[in-house]
Amino acid sequence: MSLEFSADARKKISDLLQKYPSSKPVVLAALHLAQKEHGFLSDDALKLVAETLDLPYAHVYGVATFYTMFRREPAAKNILRICTNISCMLRGAYDVMAAFEKKLGVKKGGTAGDFTIVEEECIAACANAPAIVCGTRYFLDVEPKDVDTILDELRKTPRPEGEIV
Amino acid sequence: MSQWKDVTKLVTAKFGNEDARTLAGYEKLGGYQVLRKALGMKPDDITAEVKASNLRGRGGAGFATGVKWGFVPKDAKAVHLVCNCDESEPGTCKDRELVYWDPHLLIEGMVIAAYALKATHNYIYIRGEMMREYAVLAKAVEEAYGRGYLGKNILGSGFECHLTVHRGAGAYICGEETALLNSLEGRRGQPRLKPPFPAIKGLFDEPTIVNNVETLMNVPFIVDKGGAWFAALGPGRSGGTRTVCVSGHVNKPGVYELPMTITMRQIIDEVCGGVWKGRKVKAVIPGGTSMPPLAEDELDVPSEFDALMTDERIKPVEVAPGKNFDLGGGRVLRTMAGSGGIVVMDDATDIPMAVWRIMKFYAHESCGQCTPCREGTGWLEKVARRVAFGQGKPGDIDLLASIAHGIAGNTICALGDAAAWPMLGFLTKFRADFEAKVAHKGAAA
Repeated sequence: MSLEFSADARKKISDLLQKYPSSKPVVLAALHLAQKEHGFLSDDALKLVAETLDLPYAHVYGVATFYTMFRREPAAKNILRICTNISCMLRGAYDVMAAFEKKLGVKKGGTAGDFTIVEEECIAACANAPAIVCGTRYFLDVEPKDVDTILDELRKTPRPEGEIV
Repeated sequence: MSQWKDVTKLVTAKFGNEDARTLAGYEKLGGYQVLRKALGMKPDDITAEVKASNLRGRGGAGFATGVKWGFVPKDAKAVHLVCNCDESEPGTCKDRELVYWDPHLLIEGMVIAAYALKATHNYIYIRGEMMREYAVLAKAVEEAYGRGYLGKNILGSGFECHLTVHRGAGAYICGEETALLNSLEGRRGQPRLKPPFPAIKGLFDEPTIVNNVETLMNVPFIVDKGGAWFAALGPGRSGGTRTVCVSGHVNKPGVYELPMTITMRQIIDEVCGGVWKGRKVKAVIPGGTSMPPLAEDELDVPSEFDALMTDERIKPVEVAPGKNFDLGGGRVLRTMAGSGGIVVMDDATDIPMAVWRIMKFYAHESCGQCTPCREGTGWLEKVARRVAFGQGKPGDIDLLASIAHGIAGNTICALGDAAAWPMLGFLTKFRADFEAKVAHKGAAA
């Protein structure tokens, strides 16, 4: 099944093409857009990006599979990026992770309802560890007991990553 | 002893001031006035002030910024300035806050730097996960274009400067400047062989200067008050203040702008209210996890670039007990100020477990290009894991040292060293902790 970009995405891509000397530098932005509009980067979505930017499919595939934020399978609208790196770990991030896994009934990497849990590397919020980022929303100084409050807030106000794309 | 409370705040002066985050609020506080002054100066005179200021790169390497700018060939036709906002060194959280609180200071610093470098098409490479900060920067750039601080003929000077915010998509390695350039060009973020250095052949094969967020934010202060004034704020060859991020087991973690004369002990005890739960310090990572740690008896050294590399109170990193790691030409490795990410571990910390988590990070983030790093970081993680979880075998400690030694210095970029140095550093200073874990093999970790 062939996919298409929305008019809005096509406009964004053509604006970006003005800012670089060739189409290749636009590939990350186009992949972000394809992921936003089609949920994840299926083979067809990669083909769409390749054709839009006139790049080889193999190049787009290579780029898409290098970066961790690009996913080859669907995810929920809220992606909870839970940092467990050193500063967060020292202040209990693995307990926070376990609390989310228990509450949502899935292991990290898994999806339950409106939430996908991702074990994230350092998100540059070390002074407020443990920290979680979900789209444009940071949850700081998180404790296991905060799980319900965080999930309730995101159910009311989802923070999809595509929001800023 | 450093009188840290009296330090002049530069890049963090507007923290907490919501109004100053807007263009109008920034202008009210004198924003973009230094740009006016700069556009009346000769570009080379600005570079000369930056050289005189002793400003050193705040991203990790501590290289002299003015010297770096000076590497751009005089006859270059097109030059680019790229801001590295890919902050992802574990323990480091200053650039994210700096960008959030003072986006226009970064833009003003970049336009001034671009003018000095005669760079027309410039970029901010921002980490993909920094979605809130991307929105902040995108808005600020739009505001600056609207007011004529970016675009053609800036403030009637004839200087043209464009700025594009370019999002990454999740890869620690893109903080390495040549990997960043490849990513900006729309490729996999794999580092390039150097030389040629980016100042000669960088973005789109043209001369490019890549500078960290905090580095560029210091430029307006240097142009405003003079290189000599800035140099006098810091000791020796290190000008200005330093923004550090303190995390881990302290009572008041935070992002603090401090004089570089301050010691690690002062930072922990006086700035951060001491170690939590009334405990003592066991280990301190002084500048992001890529740097070898300090032990409790090494904390009276100033937190400044040169002191952390050369002060003899810091024990050299060893490859085996009694045998120093050779940094090249017989130079010893102590540690470095790195990214300013200070991670404090208390005396109840399970050091092998902490080290395993650090190694897991590097194994995950190795770009896969060089065999010693791709394979080596994977093995460091595997062996560190079994030691940490009570499954260590006799010989594992020597094996970890041997793998780390095999990576260090044998890769295109510094990610390999970034895994090897802390591994060797922790083994040098906390070997007993690893030995105890291996001896209690099988016991509950």
